[in-house]
Amino acid sequence: MLLKNLSELNGTSGDERLVRNFLHQHLEPFVETINVDKMGNLIATKNGHLGGPRVMIAAHMDEVALMIMEITNDGYLKFQPVGGIDPRILISKPVQINESLVGVIGAKAIHLQKRSERQKALSFDQLYIDIGAKSKEDAAKQVKLGDYAYFMTKCEPFGEGLYKGKAFDDRVGCAILVELLKKSYDFPLVAAFTVQEEVGLRGAKVAAYHIAPDFAIVIEGTVAADVADREEEGWVTELGQGPACSLMDRTTLYNPQLIQWVTELARQKGIPLQFRRGSSGGNDAGPIHVSKAGIPTIVLSVPCRYIHSFASVISVKDYSACLNLVDELLKELPGKLGVGSIDKEDNL
Amino acid sequence: MGNAQMESAREFLSLLSMSSGVSGYEGSIATSVMERLIPLTDEVRCDTIGNVYALKKGHGKRSKIMLAAHMDEIGLIVKKIDPRGFLSFTSIGGVDQRTLLSQEVLVHGRRPIPGIIGCLPPHLLQQGDPAQAVKMEEMSIDVGLSFAKINEVIQVGDVITLRRETYPLLNNVMAGKSLDDRAGVVVMMVCLQELSRLKHSHDVIAVATTQEEIGARGALTSAYTLNPDLAVAIDVTHGSTPDTKGQVSIDLGKGPAVALGPNIHPAIYRHFSETAQEHRLPFQIEPTPGHSGTDAWPIQVTQAGIPTGLISIPLRYMHTSVETLDLQDVLDSGKLLAHFIASLPDDLEGFLCY
Repeated sequence: MLLKNLSELNGTSGDERLVRNFLHQHLEPFVETINVDKMGNLIATKNGHLGGPRVMIAAHMDEVALMIMEITNDGYLKFQPVGGIDPRILISKPVQINESLVGVIGAKAIHLQKRSERQKALSFDQLYIDIGAKSKEDAAKQVKLGDYAYFMTKCEPFGEGLYKGKAFDDRVGCAILVELLKKSYDFPLVAAFTVQEEVGLRGAKVAAYHIAPDFAIVIEGTVAADVADREEEGWVTELGQGPACSLMDRTTLYNPQLIQWVTELARQKGIPLQFRRGSSGGNDAGPIHVSKAGIPTIVLSVPCRYIHSFASVISVKDYSACLNLVDELLKELPGKLGVGSIDKEDNL
Repeated sequence: MGNAQMESAREFLSLLSMSSGVSGYEGSIATSVMERLIPLTDEVRCDTIGNVYALKKGHGKRSKIMLAAHMDEIGLIVKKIDPRGFLSFTSIGGVDQRTLLSQEVLVHGRRPIPGIIGCLPPHLLQQGDPAQAVKMEEMSIDVGLSFAKINEVIQVGDVITLRRETYPLLNNVMAGKSLDDRAGVVVMMVCLQELSRLKHSHDVIAVATTQEEIGARGALTSAYTLNPDLAVAIDVTHGSTPDTKGQVSIDLGKGPAVALGPNIHPAIYRHFSETAQEHRLPFQIEPTPGHSGTDAWPIQVTQAGIPTGLISIPLRYMHTSVETLDLQDVLDSGKLLAHFIASLPDDLEGFLCY
C-alpha cells in the first residue's frame, strides 16, 4: 500500500533521498518527465507539451527527525531536532539510525529521581541515544556526526476507518499527488515533491520559482487537536469531517475567491469539507504564493492527530475525500483560468 | 555452545518481553514460562496467586533451594471512558509519567485493542509548556473507536500495556520493555540448563513470582508455601548511564551484581563471590544498606526466617519501555547461579551457621 510504504520510509529535511528514490521509481511510468532539481525537489510533469496555463501540485517529502551532534566518551549519541519536535515525546522510545542500527532514548529510572524531577520535563540537551556501544570509538564505527535518527513506527489500520503511522505530515500529501498523477488531465500539470518544508519551507521556494506555475495546490497533513478534554474552539481540524481548506496561517492569507470556489465545488460534488480553524504553523503555500509576481494558491489538508510524533492518526475517509476534491478542482481548473489572469473576479 | 545458549536466551527474553503480564494479570505470561520450564524440570505447577513453580530434583540429601524471579510488569489501568471515546488511566506500579507521551499501547479488553497515548503537536504548545512534564491525569488514550464501540470491548478496570518490540543493539546489548524482571526468569532458565550438566545435591525450585512491582506479594506467599532452606532472588539493578553519575556504580557487561547487606545471608554472599572467582565468572559487588526492593526482602523473613541471597542483572532505564541490558550478563548470572548451587555442601545447616 502506497501510504504505508511512504510512511515507513525515513526522510527528514536534507535527507529525503529514500523517499525521493521511491517516488521517482514509482512515478516513472505515469509521467512524461521526472527530474530532481538543485535543491533535491522531485519534479514530475504531465502534458508539458501542451500550451496554456501550468498547474503546480505540491507536497513535501521531509519529516521531522533528530540529527546526531556528538558522540560522548562513553559512546552515547547527543542530538538536536530537525524540525519541530516536543522533546517530551522522545523518552522511552526506539529510533532508527542509518537503516541498520537501532538506538533507544531512555532516561534516569524513576527510582533514582527526586520527587521534583518527576514534574520537570527533560530538554534536548539532557537526552541521548544509547546504541549499546562500549566507547566513543566503538560508536564511531557505526555512526557519524550529522547522521539522522528516525521514529520507528509501523503504519497500520487503527480503530474504525483510521490509520496510524509516522510522517503522515506530509506523506499523505505525497501519496495523494501520486494518485493524481496516475489520472489524466488535459493541461500541463507539474507535481513538486518538495524538500526541507519542516525547516523553513525552503524546497518549495525554489520549486515555485523554476516551475513558474499559473496556479498552485498544496496538499498537506495538518493538525487535528480534536482530543479529550480540549474545547472545540481549539481543535483546528477534526478527523472524519473531510479535508481542511486553509484560511490563514503564519505564512499565507488565502484568497477569499479561491476559498469560495473550493467550498462551492465541494458542496456541489457532495464532498465533505472543513476549514482549518487555527492560524498557527505554515506550509509550502507561503513561499509559493509570493513567488515571482505572485501565484494563486490553495491548500487542502488531511487532518492528522498527534502530528510530529511517533504515532499520528488519519481517517481514510478524509484521505479519499481530499483526493476526490483535488481531482474535481483540477478538472474544473482550466475553465477557471484565464491565460495568466486568475485574479480577475469574473473568472472565478 | 556459547552462541546457541546466547540465542536461546535472546529468543526467550524477546518472547517474554513482548508478552503482557501486569501485576495481578500474569495469567498468559505464566503459560509461556511453564511451557519453557517443563522440559528442564521434573515438575511444574502454579498456585492460587499465580506463581509458577518448577522443581528440579537433586541427587543427594535434598534440602530445598528456592530461586525467585518476578514475571509481572508495571502497567496502566483504564480509569474512565469519556463520551468522545478517549480513555483516562492510572498506573499499576512505579510508572514514570514522563515516559508515556506518544506511546503505542494495548488495552486488554475483551480482545487486545491497540491505542495511542496522545500528545499535542508542537504547533499548539504555549511558551513554557515543554519545560513541564505532562501529568498522567491529563493524558488520554485514543483507540480510534466511538463511545458505543468502545463499550462493547473495553471497560473501566481493563489493564493496559505498552506495545514494544525488542531490539538488538551493538555488542549483545538488547532493549525492550519489562526486561525487569523477565531477564531474571531467563537467568533461571539458563541456570536450569546448566544444572542439567552439573551434579547438584539439593532440590531446586525455580519460582516465577507475581505482583513484585506492587510489593513482592507473590514472593511472600510462594516462600511461605515452599519454606526453603535457602533462597536466591534474581532481579535487575540500575546500570550506570550519563545521567546517573554519582548515583549508580554498576555497569552493563561486567557480570551480575551480587548483593550484600542486611537482606543477605553473609555465607551466601561469600559463596557467590568464591564461586565466581573459582569459575572465572565476572561479577560486581552491590552493597545494599537496607531494603533491596526485590523479592529477597519478604522471602528473608518468611516463616522462621530463610537465608537469602540476591543477584541482579545490570539494566539501564529501568521502568521505561526501552530497558537495556547485556545478554552476556544474563548468561553469566545463570552460570554463576548454577555453579553456586552445584557447589553447595550437603550439610546446608553447617554452611549457613553464623
